[in-house]
Formats: sequence, structure tokens, C-alpha cells
Amino acid sequence: MTALADAPEAATDMGEIPSFEVTMRLERYDPDVENPQARWEEFTLTMHGTDRVLDALHKIKWDQDGSLAFRRSCAHGICGSDAMRINGKNRLACKTLLKDLDTSKPITVEPIKGLPVKKDLIVDMEPFFASYREVMPFLITTGNQPSAERLQSAEQRARFDDTTKCILCAACTTSCPVFWTDGQYFGPAAIVNAHRFIFDSRDEGGTQRLQILNDKEGVWRCRTTFNCSEACPRGIEVTKAIAEVKRAIVTRTF
Amino acid sequence: MTGTIPDVASPRAKRSQAMRGGINTELYAWLFMRVSGVILIVLIFGHLFVNLMVGDGVAAIDFAFVAGKWSEPFWQVWDLLMLWLAMIHGTNGVRTIINDYAERDVTRIVLKALLYVALVVTVVMGTLVIFTFDPCPVGSPADLLPSFCSA
Repeated sequence: MTALADAPEAATDMGEIPSFEVTMRLERYDPDVENPQARWEEFTLTMHGTDRVLDALHKIKWDQDGSLAFRRSCAHGICGSDAMRINGKNRLACKTLLKDLDTSKPITVEPIKGLPVKKDLIVDMEPFFASYREVMPFLITTGNQPSAERLQSAEQRARFDDTTKCILCAACTTSCPVFWTDGQYFGPAAIVNAHRFIFDSRDEGGTQRLQILNDKEGVWRCRTTFNCSEACPRGIEVTKAIAEVKRAIVTRTF
Repeated sequence: MTGTIPDVASPRAKRSQAMRGGINTELYAWLFMRVSGVILIVLIFGHLFVNLMVGDGVAAIDFAFVAGKWSEPFWQVWDLLMLWLAMIHGTNGVRTIINDYAERDVTRIVLKALLYVALVVTVVMGTLVIFTFDPCPVGSPADLLPSFCSA
């Protein structure tokens, strides 16, 4: 009898989500004050084991400081809006659980590096997208349009499957030390998206794309530091894709 | 903190149209690094093995040992290849670092000029020594010459 009486209580204990205190250390930047300067600001919150960094940012913005600015759209790891530098690593705030970070110390959140900061965690993505546009990320074909679908075998599709996963969050490009130096390098994301079409059997713009990436600021600036592969929230083997583009250029040249 | 980067030029703003389709030195520089790297592994470890392990090992290295090696065309070619490949390989590595990290044009030009001067001086001097090396120059005072010269 006692066992039965205890049961409901035990069930609530089991279902309860553990909560904990966490300090968020955010890099703030307000362009509208007289002498704009980046500064750190700390917020202490009570969060739960199921909460992500994005939830913590929401809590700050909604309950503590409405002036905090950051991007997010879908909040489920697919729109690529909320890439930021969390504890020194580029990640999506919506895919990073607080409990997976070291909550005994403040969790630092900075804007992604190498792009101009507009406000708080929001950066100007235009240089990033300009590189993306330059590799012509669309299907290029010649001749008449077929009357049915452009067919492709499963093997042909598998050839570029990995690089179709890109969500253009810029986590890779802004983790690249070569991109940080002067921002002139095409960056991993542009090369990944060129790779997606270069190795697509239906596409005929491969030569043009390889020519574009065989640039002083193209694939040859890659030093294979693997920062991009580590940063990619989609698990794309970015460095491998870049190496494949390099090899394609070399074999085309010789 | 470096929170702000006031002006990031749009990507590849300075790209010259002439680059397109022309000879791309970066491609060849990249390939050279791979090829020379592989050859250098063989050359350098062969060099270390012959100098430090074979025969009396490191104890055998003296003026006569080096003079003996450079009297053979095989080691002349070996050392010459090692000199050229290592120097160009290293120079190209430092060149990319300078290109990456020197922000001002003046800094970059000065550093690269110094780098290329160092390359040329070392390669020319080294090549000259490998081919003109004479352990027993005629007319030198006897006490400055190694013992085997009198033989």
C-alpha cells in the first residue's frame, strides 16, 4: 500500500526537469551611443536542463534587457540565423543545450568574427553573401530544356550529398583564420556551395566555377586548419569539400 | 575587445580581371608545396641517416667528412636539391604568412623584399659552395689546411 501511495510522488520527481543557475556573458555593442565600444555584460538566469543558449538569450531579451539584439528565425537549427561564438566556438544558439556547456563558469556569447558588427550579436552578412553569389550557386545548363525531369542516378546524387546540407549560417566562414585576416578569402561556405554544383551531374557550369575558385583569394588560401569542419552545425565535411575542389582544379589544369 | 571591424571591404574587391584564365601562381605554389614536401622528406631523412647513423655515426662528422661528401657528384646533387627545395618551400610558407597577416601594404612589401633577398643570398651562396668547394686550396698556409691535404 505504501508503495502505491509513493508512486505518484516518485513520478513527478522523475519527470521534473532539473534547473540551475547560469551566468551569460554577452558581448554588447551599441552603434548609437556617442563613442561606440564593445563591452561585456553579464546576466544571471535560472534555466532548465532542456534549455538552449537561444532560450537564455530570449529570457534576457524578454525579461531583463529588451535592448539585446540577436538574429533568430526558426529556432530549430535549419534557418541558419543564429550562428554565434559561444564559449569561443562558432555554433547555432538554437542547437546548443546549456547543460552541455560548463555552467559553473559564465557562458560567453560573442558575434561571429570577421564580419562587421552592427549591433550586439548581429553582424553584417553582406560580404558573406557576396562571396556566395560569386560562385553562381544555381543550376547552369546549356541547350534546350528537357521536357521531363533531369534524371540522375543515386550514385550521382550521393557525390554532392554532403554539401547540399549547407544552411548558410556562416559558422564555417567566420571560424576560418584566413577569412579573419582580411575578409577577402571566398571562405568555406562559398566553396561548399560551389562544390554542390561542380559535382552535380546535371550542372554544366563546373568549369566556370572552378575558374572562379582558382583565384588568388580562392581555394588556395585554404590552409586546412579544419576550423570550418568543426564549426559546421550540419556536420558537413567542409575541409574535405574544399580539398575536392582543389583536386578538381589541379586535374583540370594538368 | 575587438568587437567591431569598421570596414571590411567586400570580398575580393581588388581582384584584377587579368587574373581570370591567366597563369595562376597560387595554384603552382600550392602544388609545389606538396611535391617539394614529399621529396624533402626523403632528402632530409636520407641526409640525417647517412650523417648520423651510418658507420661511426655523429662522431664521424668533421671537415674531412663534409669535404669527402662534396667530392662526389651524387652528394653534390643531393645537397643542392635539398638546399633549393627547402629554401623555396620555406620561403613560400613565410610568403603566405606575410600575405595573411601584414595588413599595411608597406609592411607587406618590406617583409617580402627581405624574405626574397634572404632566399636569393642563401641559395646563391649555397650553390656556389657546393660546386666550388675545395678542401685544399692551392697556396694556403699549411697550418690552416686539414691533415689529409698533405697526403
